[in-house]
Amino acid sequence: MTALLWRDLRLALRAGGGFGLGLAFFLIVTVLVPFGVGPETALLTRIGPGVLWIGALLACLLSLDRIFALDWEDGSLDLLATAPLPMEGIVSIKALAHWLTTGLPLVLAAPVLGVLLNLPPAGYLWVVVSLALGTPALSVIGTFGAALTVGLKRGGLLLSLLVLPLYVPTLIFGAEVARRGAEGLALQSPLLMLAGISFGVIALLPFASAAVLRINLR
Amino acid sequence: MDVIAQDLAVARGGVPVLEGLSFVLGPGQALVLRGPNGSGKTTLLRTVAGLQPPLAGSLSGTEDRIAYAAHADGLKSMLSVAENLRFWAQVFGASDIKPALAAFDLDPLQDRLAGSLSAGQKRRLGLARLMVTARPVWVLDEPTVSLDAASVALFAGVVRRHLASGGCALIATHIDLGLTEARILDVTPYRAAPRAALQDEAFL
Repeated sequence: MTALLWRDLRLALRAGGGFGLGLAFFLIVTVLVPFGVGPETALLTRIGPGVLWIGALLACLLSLDRIFALDWEDGSLDLLATAPLPMEGIVSIKALAHWLTTGLPLVLAAPVLGVLLNLPPAGYLWVVVSLALGTPALSVIGTFGAALTVGLKRGGLLLSLLVLPLYVPTLIFGAEVARRGAEGLALQSPLLMLAGISFGVIALLPFASAAVLRINLR
Repeated sequence: MDVIAQDLAVARGGVPVLEGLSFVLGPGQALVLRGPNGSGKTTLLRTVAGLQPPLAGSLSGTEDRIAYAAHADGLKSMLSVAENLRFWAQVFGASDIKPALAAFDLDPLQDRLAGSLSAGQKRRLGLARLMVTARPVWVLDEPTVSLDAASVALFAGVVRRHLASGGCALIATHIDLGLTEARILDVTPYRAAPRAALQDEAFL
């Protein structure tokens, strides 16, 4: 299992691995928003947490179809399925590798980019906390979508359509935590909801992903 | 432990392609599958490898004992030869990739990126993967595609050593590997009678 994780991380970091893709997209979105909405710092402060969350979500979405498609094309998915690894383990590792290469860099970049959006000082901590808590859910849900669409040529569109509605609760509660944090309001209930969504999907979705992957490999 | 297939029927895309197929594969034995293109050899091998369930019949002795080699080698072009092989060795809980590299004459290539290999060299690397799995039943789908005569002889030698050490092999191939001891199974007579496609029950 660790071998698979190391291989995926190594592949992501090598040329053509797509490691910087999500991060670059996140950067572009958050840099362009201040230009788009104009130099109103009060407005930017208000929409900042939401923009960061939407940027992170779309950046995550961008790299989802690579999770299984590459392994499917070169045949290693078939070989992994016959290896002595449980399919649930394979999909969990794939989701973890996706989070480490996409979600984690976004979490770390968010406070830096928050400066561009004139985020109030109180907001930085909660933007990071909400993203750290929410992006694993995005990776796990995305892995489920990728497992559903594996083997489809140009499955990216279908994948986005399938996954976006599933992302909405995470986005709502994640952005709410970040917004309330930035405004200094009580944020216990959205934080708990966000944590609940994350831990729930981490616990349950790998089983669903493994089941659809088995069917798709037939 | 024998691999036993009894009255096996397999389907591709919901259409039955082979039925009534039975064979026994014991330690040290090799079975070569023959048949024209589209006769269902790959589907049969995928079924034996456990990637799809049989339509009917039973299959035993395959659980966690199969090393499968398909048309695609499952190589990562941005990893070196040694890294590719070491990954599969770790997945299968083995550690030493030296014998596999030596057996397929890959030693001089081990630091090259797999993406820069020729088709035949990639194939040899794909087949070397079988040796690091340490599994007794080799299920091989057209293993000699893009290999030259010398590499085919190399491969036949590896298969023979695998059989001598108590393993067995199920091989679909069109060419003569020079494995005189191998039994030959022509799948043509087992072709399923044409009928309407069955519903794939998976999502119903």
